[in-house]
Amino acid sequence: MTATENTTVDRPRPGGFEFAPVLGILAREWALYRRTWAPITFSSIVEPVLYLLAFGMGMGALVGSIGGYDYIEFLGTGIVAISALFTSMFPGLINTFVRRRFQHTYEGVLAAPVDVRELVTGEALWLGLKAGVYGCAPLLVAFGFGLDPVWPMLFVPVIAAATGFGFALFGILLSAIIPSIRMADYVISGVITPIFLVAGTFFPIDQLPEWAQTAAMANPLYHCVELIRGCAFGIEALTALGHVAVLVGFAVVVWVLAVHQMQRRLID
Amino acid sequence: MTSSSQPARPEPSPDPSADSPPAISLRGVVKRFGDITAVNGLDLDVPQGVVLGLLGPNGAGKSTTMRILTAQSTVDEGHVSVLGHPIPQKSKWARSLMGVVPQHDNLDEELTVEENLRSFTYLYRVPRRERDAAVERALRIAHLEHRRHEFTEKLSGGMRRRLLIARGLVHRPRVLLLDEPTVGLDPQVRQELWGLISALRDEGVTVLMSTHYIEEAERLSDEVALMAKGRIVERGEPADLIAKYAGKTVEEYQIGAEGVEELEKVIHHAGFTTRRTGSTLSVLRAEELPDSLRDRLGTGMRRASNLEDVFVTLTGETVE
Repeated sequence: MTATENTTVDRPRPGGFEFAPVLGILAREWALYRRTWAPITFSSIVEPVLYLLAFGMGMGALVGSIGGYDYIEFLGTGIVAISALFTSMFPGLINTFVRRRFQHTYEGVLAAPVDVRELVTGEALWLGLKAGVYGCAPLLVAFGFGLDPVWPMLFVPVIAAATGFGFALFGILLSAIIPSIRMADYVISGVITPIFLVAGTFFPIDQLPEWAQTAAMANPLYHCVELIRGCAFGIEALTALGHVAVLVGFAVVVWVLAVHQMQRRLID
Repeated sequence: MTSSSQPARPEPSPDPSADSPPAISLRGVVKRFGDITAVNGLDLDVPQGVVLGLLGPNGAGKSTTMRILTAQSTVDEGHVSVLGHPIPQKSKWARSLMGVVPQHDNLDEELTVEENLRSFTYLYRVPRRERDAAVERALRIAHLEHRRHEFTEKLSGGMRRRLLIARGLVHRPRVLLLDEPTVGLDPQVRQELWGLISALRDEGVTVLMSTHYIEEAERLSDEVALMAKGRIVERGEPADLIAKYAGKTVEEYQIGAEGVEELEKVIHHAGFTTRRTGSTLSVLRAEELPDSLRDRLGTGMRRASNLEDVFVTLTGETVE
């Protein structure tokens, strides 16, 4: 057996942006996930349960209802968005930084016929898919706390995946901006925390001062929350389309920025 | 040269590149990082089927050259192509025909040996029906069939390097880039890897191997290109280069600081080249030293000339 025999094998020829390398990235992520699914799944289920217990039962007793819904229903739908955010943005930020700076993983990937656009898309797509799956966990938990399942909730995995795709890209973008892993603390406290607090997750944004309401409207997670609540409690089609447009626009903008910034970091 | 249990290097096969374009071509390549010029007017052709050792000290520009060939570094000036595909315009085409063994170990620690190889069959677009066979072949190349289900973090340094090389070969590339393949490994493991690289050469894979180990370059390379300060200073078959610049033997003399410069002047005047390392004065092409000069120098230690002598002669720098 030789290293190079039959080198004339017919292979797909690489061109511009292609999905074959993206699928290659996904296959690699799947192989890694098969080794790490247990702790990820554990935290994805236990965290929302704790949130629902702590805030839903504790705060719920004080708040009662919001907008005509039990607080636990309001919170359960909001936590879906938080779950999508955490599942995508944290690994987008931390894993990407570690793989780029410490593990040199991307050096190996880019030595293969893969370009930075495909690498970034593959990484974000995987995290988006995970967000779609794990975003449903809080919803399932909320069913146990009294949230009524309705057919439009079948859109929730899609909304969570689209949101996760955008926030994964946002995490990747920031990972390529920060100069050291210690700087990730600034991102977690200064960016991620405000995103999930000022999005109508734990309380409606109309309780906030006007400037904070404006900030919330610019926050893609708010639009994710509104869509998920829309699936659970009903929403006008045009309003829903507006929220979808914001999520899609956010994903497109951060894709362009993340690819650009990763290109600067990976190609000298 | 150190002793070795490896079989003697076979004669290079007849030049297969006579009628074919070079596998790798770099012309007038310049790469700057701010004020530092890492690659400075590099001209280098690697014919197909040849193992070319890129020998130079740290900072000579070897790794930057490797990164340029995989389009992970863009050139400021010059032209680069691999198997006729211009870099970076058609770099994905080139990379699909190229295997790369990086200097940094970047195996996935959370994956098994087999999974590491399989994940790269996807990235290299090995067709689905051929993936199993490709993984098996790579496992055999690395002699890791019996460790296939082990996580890479449990492998020894030598096994990890073998796996990295096999990973670079999983798609049966026509060109292999080896960036300092044995750096940091102990001599025994280095011998193991040399056997593996020798086998690749015998199979006709074009290999560009950067190294700063003299013995590695001499033993494995059909040709050596000596690189210093971002450019090639000389190139040829190791034996020819040694014969041309350092002769057959070198004699080393232990001398005091006093009078050394005067002594060197005398030797240079007689037409010989010297190099000084601490209190050791080495005279190249010592087999031709006249008795009169030998008497003046005293008793020296004779050894075979090597590429280090050539490198020092040409650049004034040491390699290792």
